[in-house]
Amino acid sequence: MSLEVKNLTHTYSAGSALQSTAIKDVSLVIGEGEFVAIVGHTGSGKSTLVQHLNGLLKPTSGLVLVDGEDMNGEDVNKRLIRQKVGLVFQYPEYQLFEETVAKDIAFGPKNQGLSEEEIDSRVRKAMAHVHLDYDKYAERSPFELSGGQMRRVAIAGVLAMEPRYLILDEPAAGLDPKGRDRILGMVKELHEEGVTVVMVSHSMDDCARLATRMIVMSKGTVVASDTPRNIFAQTELMNSVHLGVPEAARLCALLREKGVDLPADLYTQEELHEHILRLWKEANPA
Amino acid sequence: MMKNITMGQYYPVDSWVHRLDPRTKILLTIAMIVAVFLVRTMVGYALILGFMYLTSRLSNIPFKMLLKGVKPLRFILILTFLLNLFFNTGTTMLVKWGFVKISYEGLSTAIHYSLRLIFLVLGTSLMTLTTSPIALSDGIEMLLSPLKVIKFPAHELAMMMSIALRFIPTLMEEADKIMKAQMARGADFESGNLLARAKAMVPLLVPLFVSAFRRAGDLAMAMESRCYHGGENRTRLRVLKITSNDWLAALGMAVLIALILTEGYVTLPLWAAVKGLFA
Repeated sequence: MSLEVKNLTHTYSAGSALQSTAIKDVSLVIGEGEFVAIVGHTGSGKSTLVQHLNGLLKPTSGLVLVDGEDMNGEDVNKRLIRQKVGLVFQYPEYQLFEETVAKDIAFGPKNQGLSEEEIDSRVRKAMAHVHLDYDKYAERSPFELSGGQMRRVAIAGVLAMEPRYLILDEPAAGLDPKGRDRILGMVKELHEEGVTVVMVSHSMDDCARLATRMIVMSKGTVVASDTPRNIFAQTELMNSVHLGVPEAARLCALLREKGVDLPADLYTQEELHEHILRLWKEANPA
Repeated sequence: MMKNITMGQYYPVDSWVHRLDPRTKILLTIAMIVAVFLVRTMVGYALILGFMYLTSRLSNIPFKMLLKGVKPLRFILILTFLLNLFFNTGTTMLVKWGFVKISYEGLSTAIHYSLRLIFLVLGTSLMTLTTSPIALSDGIEMLLSPLKVIKFPAHELAMMMSIALRFIPTLMEEADKIMKAQMARGADFESGNLLARAKAMVPLLVPLFVSAFRRAGDLAMAMESRCYHGGENRTRLRVLKITSNDWLAALGMAVLIALILTEGYVTLPLWAAVKGLFA
């Protein structure tokens, strides 16, 4: 059970003056239960890649396999596959359209052709997942809510389809720190419940905190795919693709340059704090 | 889906035609339209076709791409052709089969009208393909500015035009994004009968309108905070200038029109001579 991409290439407006290749010969596997963060500079092809995982874009060449099934095969039901792979776009609050929050969240399950009771239970579950009180918000217009709440409603709209793979394109973009923590906390909870998560992100600190694996993209290709620990140890690589490393990893690298005896692969504040404290205690036993 | 429409799109390359003053291009396009209606024989259409081919070469636009712009009009073209063919009452009958009557005059008008339509589209596409929307509305503003004397809001009109044009790609991109987002939630825009399809548009249109209004509000705010207050005393960054190239282009058009006007004198005797040869 996995999401697999084989030699995927995508060229926009092929054959015209505006032709541009967004991704070149990308291959990767996302296994069940992983939390994969896809990072890359603007224009590195992240968004194009994730749209392929959901069948919204057709590969110019290459394959996208969902649980071993070719997504663009002849007699594949794309709707069925889109139920397995939920995609939350950047700024998803701009897709809301219904009169009430509950109706908007029900749009996906309704398209799946589920029964009224099933739809209702899914709406309730999805709202609980995004921490929105059903009794308080279900009958309100989504356009009356705050930006962060609207985004949660939109994410609930995808969760209501109960996808096994959840893809999020910059879920925290444009939110204040509190809203950011809230959304990312929800994503973490979903992952802990067994949903495979793929998250596109610009924030190295968020990736450091959440991901079990990171895929680094640059100019349409995958340049690295490893655990955050191994990725952030390669400060040079991360700087060369204009991404940098988390603050803690940067500080760690600077201290090592000065000759401080620290391991190369520290990247969270807590770890760094612990190591520095240990060194300090060793130097000042009294 | 919407990316296949050539009509009204700008083709961003550099060329002799691209560098012409937008005013020249607008006026010459109007002249071209007049020329199309002046044509009486096939030789005239051949001249126009030749002129357009030359222009497309001079503007680095693949001629094929220009021709593709006619494709969305094929149904209108066929309809025009058939209507003229069957409902034009002429005297010289070509086909008479039950109630189906095709006269020589009908056939001739049908061909003329269809060709005119095609050339109108080709001519105007040539202008929009080679002129950026901003340059186009600048040109229109300059051309209409003499009317300011009679309180005609030339600047405001041009500003509205450029804003509208400016937001077409933005809204198209937005529509594409919203459509994809709804498709990811299982929406189906492509199957079902007319009513089902119209209903399927609601999840696309509501967010699109909401965002259009939001953008309009933001833009108004941004313009006001930069002290925009209409056209009075406004200077421009790029001042339009007529160069010798513009005069050259105008001369080319003048020659074309002259050729078309005199085609009767040249081609009719020629035609008669050819006929005479075979008689």
